[in-house]
Amino acid sequence: MALPVAFFAVFFAYPVAAIVARGLKADGSWQFGRIGEVIGQSDIQQVLWFTTWQALASTALTLLIALPGAYVFARFDFRGKQVLRAVVTVPFVLPTVVVGTAFLAVIGRGGLFDELWGMRLDTTVWAILLAHVFFNYAVVVRTVGGLWSQLDPRQEEAARMLGASRLTAWRTVTLPALGPAVAAAALMVFLFTFTSFGVVQILGGPAYSTLEVEIYRQTAQLLDLPTAAVLTIVQFAAVGAVLAVHAWTVRRRESALRLVDASATVRRPRGAGQWSLLGFVLLTVALLILLPLGVLVQRSFDGPDGYGFLYYETLRSTDGGAFLVPAVDAIGNSLRYAVVATAIAVLIGGLAAAALTRRAGRLVRGFDALLMLPLGVSAVTVGFGFLITLDKPPLDLRASWILVPLAQALVGVPFVVRTMLPVLRAVDGRLREAAAVLGASPLRAWREVDFPLVRRALLIAAGFAFAVSLGEFGATVFIARPDNPTLPVAVARLLGRAGDLNYGQAMALSTILMVVCAVSLLLLERLRTERTTGEF
Amino acid sequence: MTAVQPKGASTAGADAGALLRLDDVTVRFGARAALDTVGLDVAEHEIVCVLGPSGSGKSTLLRAVAGLQGLDGGRIVLGGRDQGGVPAHKRGVGLMFQDHQLFPQRDVAGNVAFGLRMHGASRAEQALGVAELLDLVGLPGAQKRAVSSLSGGEQQRVALARALAPRPRLLMLDEPLGQLDRSLRERLVAELRELFGELGTTVLAVTHDQGEAFALADRVVVMRDGRIAQSGTPLEVWRNPADEFVARFLGFDNVVDATVTGEAADTVWGKVPVPDGTRQGACRLLVRPAGVRLVGAREGLACVVTARTFRGTHVAVRLEPPGGPRLEAACALRDAPAVGETVGVAFDSGDVVVLG
Repeated sequence: MALPVAFFAVFFAYPVAAIVARGLKADGSWQFGRIGEVIGQSDIQQVLWFTTWQALASTALTLLIALPGAYVFARFDFRGKQVLRAVVTVPFVLPTVVVGTAFLAVIGRGGLFDELWGMRLDTTVWAILLAHVFFNYAVVVRTVGGLWSQLDPRQEEAARMLGASRLTAWRTVTLPALGPAVAAAALMVFLFTFTSFGVVQILGGPAYSTLEVEIYRQTAQLLDLPTAAVLTIVQFAAVGAVLAVHAWTVRRRESALRLVDASATVRRPRGAGQWSLLGFVLLTVALLILLPLGVLVQRSFDGPDGYGFLYYETLRSTDGGAFLVPAVDAIGNSLRYAVVATAIAVLIGGLAAAALTRRAGRLVRGFDALLMLPLGVSAVTVGFGFLITLDKPPLDLRASWILVPLAQALVGVPFVVRTMLPVLRAVDGRLREAAAVLGASPLRAWREVDFPLVRRALLIAAGFAFAVSLGEFGATVFIARPDNPTLPVAVARLLGRAGDLNYGQAMALSTILMVVCAVSLLLLERLRTERTTGEF
Repeated sequence: MTAVQPKGASTAGADAGALLRLDDVTVRFGARAALDTVGLDVAEHEIVCVLGPSGSGKSTLLRAVAGLQGLDGGRIVLGGRDQGGVPAHKRGVGLMFQDHQLFPQRDVAGNVAFGLRMHGASRAEQALGVAELLDLVGLPGAQKRAVSSLSGGEQQRVALARALAPRPRLLMLDEPLGQLDRSLRERLVAELRELFGELGTTVLAVTHDQGEAFALADRVVVMRDGRIAQSGTPLEVWRNPADEFVARFLGFDNVVDATVTGEAADTVWGKVPVPDGTRQGACRLLVRPAGVRLVGAREGLACVVTARTFRGTHVAVRLEPPGGPRLEAACALRDAPAVGETVGVAFDSGDVVVLG
């Protein structure tokens, strides 16, 4: 537990505290009066209110749409499932700016729907909500589906034998068992949407603004650091409150479940009901996820002289002047950073999750909540904080490449912990005891008993951390050196410049990012299935 | 006691007493038939035990009757009504799972009350029903206990109470006593039999333990590779195993090729007397251990004693004859020869069975 705590203290608490202090301190004294002043403003209150309700609505909508998907991915066996599972994760790693642009291309002015039916949603709140579902679909499918595929289906059968219909059996037996995983997924979605930045910035127009957008506006546009600091604190407090409520409600819900091998629970869909459920899920995925991604890819090929590889070819040169190095170098940078960040996140997160499983008590629960905080703190704040704190000995890391993976790992750790914890807690302690009497040391018992059971969760967690690292933007944009941009940073830089060429190149680079992510996740899935052994 | 009277006790008698009827039921998993044209009747109030080694299709049989497993052929009739298309929760049958499948999120009362709740019982009715059932299974006052705090035997009882609660017209038990220790198992078998007799419950159980099946059942059905090998009262099956598979499954290993001529059969063990009226000609012959009598070393077939196993009421003696398969004899404690001794063996026609 010491290592994760130290990691968080140095690379999270310290930078954030430093930047908040800089904002609130004037002439050597603390200006706490500012907090009340800022919150009192009616436009700030409006931002707060909108931030909260759009996050709640997005979370509800995501759960509604993605839970059937989680079921289908967990329990049904169908052709192309692995590819599709990787594809639904792609949105998650796309830079928000790219997603916003992709959605505009579908539902905005002159977009696909506008051309077909004259339908536009870009200035409505629906655009924001749908984009949030697009983003977070995979969060629900992966966290909930991971546990769901390992629940013993005979529990539901037992309920059905006692007179419960399929739906009732699900509601009374499976849902409570899934409770912790659903809560964890809902919490993550809520935090993401609560701190949503790029999507709201692009799709919301001037009418809609979240706290994160406001912080960015105050920092970067109005240069009003004190107001930004107050808003950071407000966001921090709100996120803290949500996490506290979550910890309190979930505390007693995680019970020892019957886990079985996932391969024993999947089967081909049977009957009209199950086929139509599968159809519904595939349709949702197609409309909500494949369509925007497809439009994105289409635009990357749609050059001035018709379709071609023009935008891809120009990525290899430095002519555009946007970069010191060819844009393709960003692919290598991204992969390198992501691998290191994943290793750090899995190590720190795995240790933290193991510590949380073994011990109980108030301190541990507090730590549990603390681990989630990076999701709720403005990435802009973290990145900026890194720059102003980690620049002097003994921690002079500003010139070091490790700074980027460190920041990315910070965002990855919560995923690792959230994915691992429900599964780790559900491992029957007697198995460990059985291993101990057979002569296994605690470490050996963990490796022989826990690890095979949680390996699946571990790989899912690693996939998440990798994907998050690939797509991280807010913090990376501050700390990545100009000659070593990552893919999202390069995309944003291209989008920020005028001209069809830059726009096309951005689309091309986004497509590459998308493919890199999909391929990595697909390889991970392969790795996972190769070594699973069935029960029969 | 009224809370647990079987629902269809007085109404379903119209169908010639058969509460459950399986007609040519077939279930396939890929190319393999887990159930192959199985036909079976279970009468009202009858306790039927399906016996077979693992993989013989007995659990699939229960799942098919429960509606958890679709059929590839045949039909299942319950209380005179074809169950095709009737979902599991509408069949009104109870199933006690092999590993109980108690709901870990609920306490004992929550588990037992589950079925009552699904059938729309009020809170008061639920509480009353739960208390009655827990009394019945010998766990009074256990309502608030967590499932994880129960011992194996207690889980067993809770699972039974839970299955009985909605008053199923047919109660099915999958390896009901499989995970319990021997003394508890023997006591529970007696208790269960008494309980089912008292309640008039119709029971279809599956097990691989012949002792359990014989003690519990009115009728035993032996299954092999998805087919019914033999069906009859425990005594009938014990006395006259239909074929070598059933005989060996019941633990009878003294099986040998024989040719019956008159009142004796020629075997590698020498002449073996057979019961009157035995069909003449070649056959497989079973000699139950009780029919293998030890006599003086000079009389009968000379065998070497290779092992002795104490079985409580008798000693099972393993014998190596000069030719042919080994023999097992059951003999009284004080007569048991020591390992290594040479003894003579004679056969009693009363324990000789010609297998089909």
